Amino acid sequence: MADQPLIFARDLVKRFGDFTAVDGIDLEVAPGEAFGFLGPNGAGKSSTMRMIGCVSVPTSGELRILGMDPVRDGTAIRARLGVCPQLDNLDPDLTVRENLTTYARYFGLSRSESHRRADELLEFVRLSDRAKGKVEPLSGGMKRRLTIARALVNEPDLVLLDEPTTGLDPQARHLLWERLFRLKQRGTTLVLTTHYMDEAEQLCDRLVVMDGGKIIAEGSPRSLIETYSTAEVVELRFPDGLDFNADYAAKLAGVGERIDPLPDRVLVYADDGDAALAEVHRRGLTPSTVLVRRSTLEDVFLQLTGRTLVD
Amino acid sequence: MLTTFVASPARAVGRVSPGRVGAVINRNVGALRSGPSYWVVLLSGFFEPVLYLLSIGVGVGALVGDITVGGRSMSYAAFVAPAMLAVSAMTGVLAETTFNFFHKFKYAKTFEAVLATPVRPIELAVGELVWAVVRGAVYTAAFLVVMVAMGLTTPGGALAAFPASVLVGLAFGAVGMAISTLMRGWQDFDLMSVGQFALFLFSGTFSPVQDYPLVMEVLIQVTPLYHAVELVRGLCLGVVGLGSLGHAAYLAAMVVGGLWLASRRLTRMLCV
Amino acid sequence: MTAGTLHPTLAVLNRQLTLYRRLWQASIFSSFVLPVLFLISIGIGVGRYVGSVEGVDYLSWIVPGVLASTAFQIALGESTYAVLGDFKYVRAYHAMRATPVRPVDMVCGHLLYLVLRAEAAVLAFLVVVVFFGGLHSPWSLATPVVCGLLIAATAAPVTAFAARIDHDSYFSLLFRLVMIPSTLFAGVFFPVEQLPAVVRPLAYASPMWHGVEMCRAATLGRATAWPLAVHVGYLLVWAVGGVALAVLAFRRRLED
Repeated sequence: MADQPLIFARDLVKRFGDFTAVDGIDLEVAPGEAFGFLGPNGAGKSSTMRMIGCVSVPTSGELRILGMDPVRDGTAIRARLGVCPQLDNLDPDLTVRENLTTYARYFGLSRSESHRRADELLEFVRLSDRAKGKVEPLSGGMKRRLTIARALVNEPDLVLLDEPTTGLDPQARHLLWERLFRLKQRGTTLVLTTHYMDEAEQLCDRLVVMDGGKIIAEGSPRSLIETYSTAEVVELRFPDGLDFNADYAAKLAGVGERIDPLPDRVLVYADDGDAALAEVHRRGLTPSTVLVRRSTLEDVFLQLTGRTLVD
Repeated sequence: MLTTFVASPARAVGRVSPGRVGAVINRNVGALRSGPSYWVVLLSGFFEPVLYLLSIGVGVGALVGDITVGGRSMSYAAFVAPAMLAVSAMTGVLAETTFNFFHKFKYAKTFEAVLATPVRPIELAVGELVWAVVRGAVYTAAFLVVMVAMGLTTPGGALAAFPASVLVGLAFGAVGMAISTLMRGWQDFDLMSVGQFALFLFSGTFSPVQDYPLVMEVLIQVTPLYHAVELVRGLCLGVVGLGSLGHAAYLAAMVVGGLWLASRRLTRMLCV
Repeated sequence: MTAGTLHPTLAVLNRQLTLYRRLWQASIFSSFVLPVLFLISIGIGVGRYVGSVEGVDYLSWIVPGVLASTAFQIALGESTYAVLGDFKYVRAYHAMRATPVRPVDMVCGHLLYLVLRAEAAVLAFLVVVVFFGGLHSPWSLATPVVCGLLIAATAAPVTAFAARIDHDSYFSLLFRLVMIPSTLFAGVFFPVEQLPAVVRPLAYASPMWHGVEMCRAATLGRATAWPLAVHVGYLLVWAVGGVALAVLAFRRRLED
């Protein structure tokens, strides 16, 4: 039982009419893991999440959640899931606390138990002082924290977070990450989708990169970077670069391991960024700005798909 | 910086530009065309008073027979029909100037966008009002045709009652707009619709006000729909006197007062 | 994991009642004061000119009509914007979908709430009507049961409709093509026999007429126009069919 994966998928497919949203993916998520789906909008992340949440029926393939069949045992599975949807669906006419207690009742919790958990969770997401207030005046970050608290009200075995920090300001994101990290430390299994590389690096033990409904890479953030990128990246911008980046890339041939001309800048992949930059200068090129940085998942994505992640 | 200080008070005074009022109306026409099945909704809006006329006027009228008011005997349908006309002139315009108006300036922020252009609050108010009244006038004209066809008024009576029903629309539209600038939220609309419904039931619409206890009768004579019903009914039945002038004056006062308050409130709320 | 102690349908009802705690003051007007005003204006005001209908005074004759139409209007009105809004803006049903609550619980919880809410208005109206002398038979006590059935027969199909559409302008059509004609022509204010024979079947088709007919039989202590089983059966068909359609509509809308 302990070794059984919480999520198991083989050749999972989801089609809407002619459109294939999820195109035959394989997955295994172990208990206690923090697992991420990384990819641009339309990659099939949300469709996959909805199938895992037993809200959407797979078109074909095998899917087992908590060892059960999501089509037949949907109700029993949902009783042990916590779902934080991409769009907030808090009840604007209920108070902050009532949003939790009402939701708790959907899981069949007693009145007193739902009140106890509501207070505990409001403490956890730092909204205790807003308990009696309405939902509407809450900031985006507070609403998202409340939605996460709501997802935890049934003490779930598995928490699904669909783009948990999209649209939040930096402070709100960091606070949310901190809370999610704490959840992870308690041993709660987290599955999240994101199109932010930094979020995936912060939160995920393991992740898959999705594009066009397929999984194109899988591993820990570090291993993905090591496999698909170099240790460092040099970003070069040229004053007339907008039209001539391809020409510059040709002149840079042989510098570092790989050259990638983007519309606004040229990327040089190298294990030693400073050495590569010295070579750039030696060839008499004069970029207007230079940035030497560590490789990120964005570079992995660029390497895998040839385009930037957020588009 | 200086120009903004000079420009904003200047917007509150000066002449109303017909062109800018027209632009406000034009926006509504555009919105009308884009809405899904909106014309069906418009069409069914005309049937509502007709249905009331058929149910209460004709259906209940068959149980009532003739009714004698002020020494004149008439069919119950002929008594109720002018009241339904006045009510329809009121409700159509009120729906546009309260519900839709409130939505536009509170939620859709339509007005904020409009007032960022050279259009001034008074022009916005006049434009919205004219639009509502034009829509309402289409309903009342159609209703008058039905009345003539059913023999409930003469063509001459209908011709006289039409401008009166436009005045009724203007009066309730102006006041409705003023009211919606005072609304705190949707819950206030529940209160308003209760008031509107009470007016509908007790303004001499279904039975003559003379039947009520004196206190109630006097109270009713202070409220606006009573004057609208009396004015329209007098014209439809061909009974016009000094009283009709009094009713018209009451409605005219509503137009002026309502518009004044609405544009004042809009200026204060939106041009800060 | 605590074992479920509350049935999911009741959990949905619990949500509606929690929301209603904030609305009841406003709704007291529409669900209670308005019908009483209607009764005074038409029943007493116009009733003076009517005299008697089918052997009773006009007020007593329209009391059961206004009673049934109150239940009908609450059932219909509360199954429109509220249901669409919970799908489209609040997304409350999507939130429930992520829990063990099933579409059938959502539909039944909503209907249960409406029955409770409309029955409160029905009972209050009955108490007032006693003072007007509008009830003539102990069978009047059966009217809340009739109204409960009418509420289910009306609210269930309207809920199904609201779950299928995407724009609230369709509700104006529903109000104007169904609610207002039903209220005005299905035997509330005058006997349907007065209607031209061509349109009479429309009145018979409306659940409203069957509710009015049974309520009137109860308050006046007389037999129904058609056999009682037909009236009850007809409303049951609407109620059960409506629930089935609503569950299908909910399931489809939540799948997307």
